[in-house]
Amino acid sequence: MLLSLRDVTKTYPAAEAPVLRGVSFDVAAGNMMALTGESGSGKSTLLHLIGGLDTADGGVVAINGADLTPLDDAGRAALRRGTVGVIFQQFNLIPSLTVAANIAFQARMSGRFDDRFAQDLAQRLGLGDHLNKYPEQLSGGQQQRVAIARTLAPRPALVLADEPTGNLDEGTADAVFALLCELVAETGAGLILVTHSERLAARLDRRLHLRAGQLS
Amino acid sequence: MTRAILSALIGHWRRNLLQLFTLLAGLALGTALWSGVQAINAEARASYDAAAATLDEGRLAQITGQGGAPIAQATYIDLRRAGWNVSPVVEGDLGPVRIVGIDPLTAPQGIGPVAVTGGGDLGVFLSGPGQIFARADTLGRLPATGAQSVASDDIAPNTGITDIGTAQRLLGREGQIDRLLVAPNQPLNRLPLAQIAPDLLEIAPQDGGDVARLTDSFHLNLTAFGLLSFAVGLFIVHGAIGLAFEQRRAMLRTLRALGAPLGSLIALMVVELAALALIGGAVGVALGYIVAAALLPDVAATLRGLYGAEVSGQLALRPVWWLSGLAIAMGGTAVAAAGALWSLARMPLLASAQPQAWGLARQGRGLAVASCLLLALSGAVAVWGQGLIAGFVMLGALLIGGALALPPILSLVLRWGQAFARGPVAQWFWADTRQQLPGLSLALMALLLAMAANVGVSTMVSSFRLTFTGFLDQRLASELYVSAKDAAQASAVATLQDARVNAVLPILSVDRDVAGYPAQIYGARDHATYRDNWQFLRAVPEVWQTLARGEGVLVNEQLYRRAGLDLGAEVAVAPGVSRPILGIYGDYGNPVGQVIITETLFRQHYPDVTALRFGLRLDPAQVEGLRATLQADLAIPETAMIDQASIKALSLAVFERTFVVTTALNILTLAVAGFAILMSLLTLAAMRLPQLAPVWALGLTRRRLALLDLGRAVVLAALTGALALPLGLGLAWALLAVVNVEAFGWRLPMYLFWLDYLRLGGLALLAAALAALWPAWRLSTTPPAQLLGVFRHER
Repeated sequence: MLLSLRDVTKTYPAAEAPVLRGVSFDVAAGNMMALTGESGSGKSTLLHLIGGLDTADGGVVAINGADLTPLDDAGRAALRRGTVGVIFQQFNLIPSLTVAANIAFQARMSGRFDDRFAQDLAQRLGLGDHLNKYPEQLSGGQQQRVAIARTLAPRPALVLADEPTGNLDEGTADAVFALLCELVAETGAGLILVTHSERLAARLDRRLHLRAGQLS
Repeated sequence: MTRAILSALIGHWRRNLLQLFTLLAGLALGTALWSGVQAINAEARASYDAAAATLDEGRLAQITGQGGAPIAQATYIDLRRAGWNVSPVVEGDLGPVRIVGIDPLTAPQGIGPVAVTGGGDLGVFLSGPGQIFARADTLGRLPATGAQSVASDDIAPNTGITDIGTAQRLLGREGQIDRLLVAPNQPLNRLPLAQIAPDLLEIAPQDGGDVARLTDSFHLNLTAFGLLSFAVGLFIVHGAIGLAFEQRRAMLRTLRALGAPLGSLIALMVVELAALALIGGAVGVALGYIVAAALLPDVAATLRGLYGAEVSGQLALRPVWWLSGLAIAMGGTAVAAAGALWSLARMPLLASAQPQAWGLARQGRGLAVASCLLLALSGAVAVWGQGLIAGFVMLGALLIGGALALPPILSLVLRWGQAFARGPVAQWFWADTRQQLPGLSLALMALLLAMAANVGVSTMVSSFRLTFTGFLDQRLASELYVSAKDAAQASAVATLQDARVNAVLPILSVDRDVAGYPAQIYGARDHATYRDNWQFLRAVPEVWQTLARGEGVLVNEQLYRRAGLDLGAEVAVAPGVSRPILGIYGDYGNPVGQVIITETLFRQHYPDVTALRFGLRLDPAQVEGLRATLQADLAIPETAMIDQASIKALSLAVFERTFVVTTALNILTLAVAGFAILMSLLTLAAMRLPQLAPVWALGLTRRRLALLDLGRAVVLAALTGALALPLGLGLAWALLAVVNVEAFGWRLPMYLFWLDYLRLGGLALLAAALAALWPAWRLSTTPPAQLLGVFRHER
């Protein structure tokens, strides 16, 4: 199993109630899953735990059978470099690097940089003419496509997308979503996509709904 | 409305205490160094003024004996009878205190603590055991005299003023006078001096030849250092104010949208900044007092040792000084805030509320152009400018131009670094460093100025030390110097037959006007002592041989520059006798001109001058024995002999005290620059979390990010240091070759001290690393939740 969660709990120090309360589910390789829920239901927190960006208070988060819970900071960083790719709603590109350098960044850090694949990703995402530009010179949709290319360039086993089209207009969002699904499917990675859009969620293999920190 | 706007403005500082602290600390530190240096200068100048008010030294014409011989009391009486309005002075050391005896009845107005028409009890001063006027601390050091002690702060430090009769009694100099002060107004029908006392010399008032002028070089350099330190502080203030304006841009736009008039906003911000400047300035003045009090004893020792200037080692609180400290804090804040206020005044109501600090990168080209213009101006003034003001214009343009050149040059170097970087993290490191540049550039400019000031002042002081030491070797070539009390004793020394002595070199001198300037003419014996040791700034070939034939003269640099002389120019050495200039020599610290001719020529034209001082050449190991012999056989007191080693040791000890002062100022300035970097990094740390969070999310640990940040500070400091070196050397050159020449008439050769620069570079890197340590540690321990906040768009 690519991803396996068992009874995962998380409480933030200042919060009155737990954000996640005993969440369990599995994701198989190549499986594309939508994670929906109201604001504050714990979707992003769950994504951060899977991505090794944060640690669970209880339960097991395992990728390819390896539990992330005992990993230290460096171990989780290594996980983020190679196994898991995260696409953020705010794009979070590195403003000091060009589009080409941004796309190559994570792949080169993980030692899996394939220039031809990166070029191909850039072309298919419509970024071929913008490789030498800086993120601030691009539109929102273009920036999100750079973020997708950056995430897919190291060929991660699991792609986590946190409302990747939340900041885009409907037309652009549809185009970006379609490209994302297409490319993820080609790489054979698993996908967990956090979204508020029922329409987009319905287009994926599977859908989980979080309510007050629990799957419903 | 005013209250509402003010509360909104002040609210910013309440929520950004670190920024408030940065602003106040920058002002306080800059003001402290400036006002500390000013306090030292003010104290020294007050001491010189007190000395001048006591005796008006150097500003009145004086009559002295040939070669410094005492004047007989009878000669003084003859002069008075012949109509000369002169007043006698006798002086000498009583224990550690300099005693000056004057005659209040004949002294020119304003001289001395009591006067016929002024205050003080003239009767007590003149009669009985008499009175000694001195500062309280001087009185404490005075041995028992029997005279009444009167404390007076108006007297020069370490000096006691008393009636001439009392002074003669205390010093054992009954019937002797050292010199006569010549009142400005003299009867026209008085007999010429040569007719009454042909063995006496009248010395014209020395224009600026007083101790204040002599020490001006030292004070000028201290002032330059204080100004640079203040400029460093100003960069911190500029940075803090600029950041506060950027962060409040959104609030200001909202306030204006809500109906707050632009004029009111600007006025209230001016009031706010003025209040902050007053607080920072007051703290700075207090800190400056502490700095000055700590450094003043060393400065006083330096001035006493180098120039013989007495400066009180105790600091007085002078209103002018602390008011000027507050004024410069206010002025500095106004300069630092001018740009921000101007930007606010021009900000359209619907302008973007986003902070524009990062947009400063685009100003690189503008900075480069401004820098080139200023450096070109500096170069043009160096080539074509004349006068002290031109010197300072050149200095200012050089420093500001150098500071403005820093961001574009760093940006270029970082771009190269990125181009040559291998690996994504290295590439990101260089690119991110370049992106941090606008936020750090003010702090780095402060570091640049601090380091340049360090290099400049260290080079100047060390060059001065090296030159002065070489100068001492040249001038103090004789192993023992002996002063005779009279002609008989002088004759005994001149004809000394002692196997230990290789040569007896008489020191013959006479004061004359040369080329329209007061000067001393020396007669030098043709001897290897001079040929082997003297160095020339410029000289004709075979200079010593030509001089020995009596076919020319040597002049010091001061006379050469002041009178606009050159090699080959004729100067009059005696009435009707002129000789061409054969060589020009350095004569550091001497305010008057000097001419050297051969002993033969001197004796030919000044047959009445007797040498009372002599340089004796002998094996240094024999000096002690010869001193004892001279004391026993010729009755020359121990105090009338001084050996070369003692003078050099004393001079070098003085320089060590000078170095204490400059080293302390160096460290303080560097510390201020280090503080600027720390504050900038702390301020930026919060602002750059959105840039670090994605890199962390992509797989870099917080620890590695922190180490990279630490490395970034060190790299930037190293690059800044590399640029500070040429700027500092330019500053040293400007001080030594332009400002010194314009101000004092002599040019110091410039030496380079690579080890010192290396040590300074190390210190700067250490300061930068220390400054970056805390922000880096904070980054390494930043909770992931805080980094994740960036992705949640909670910021």
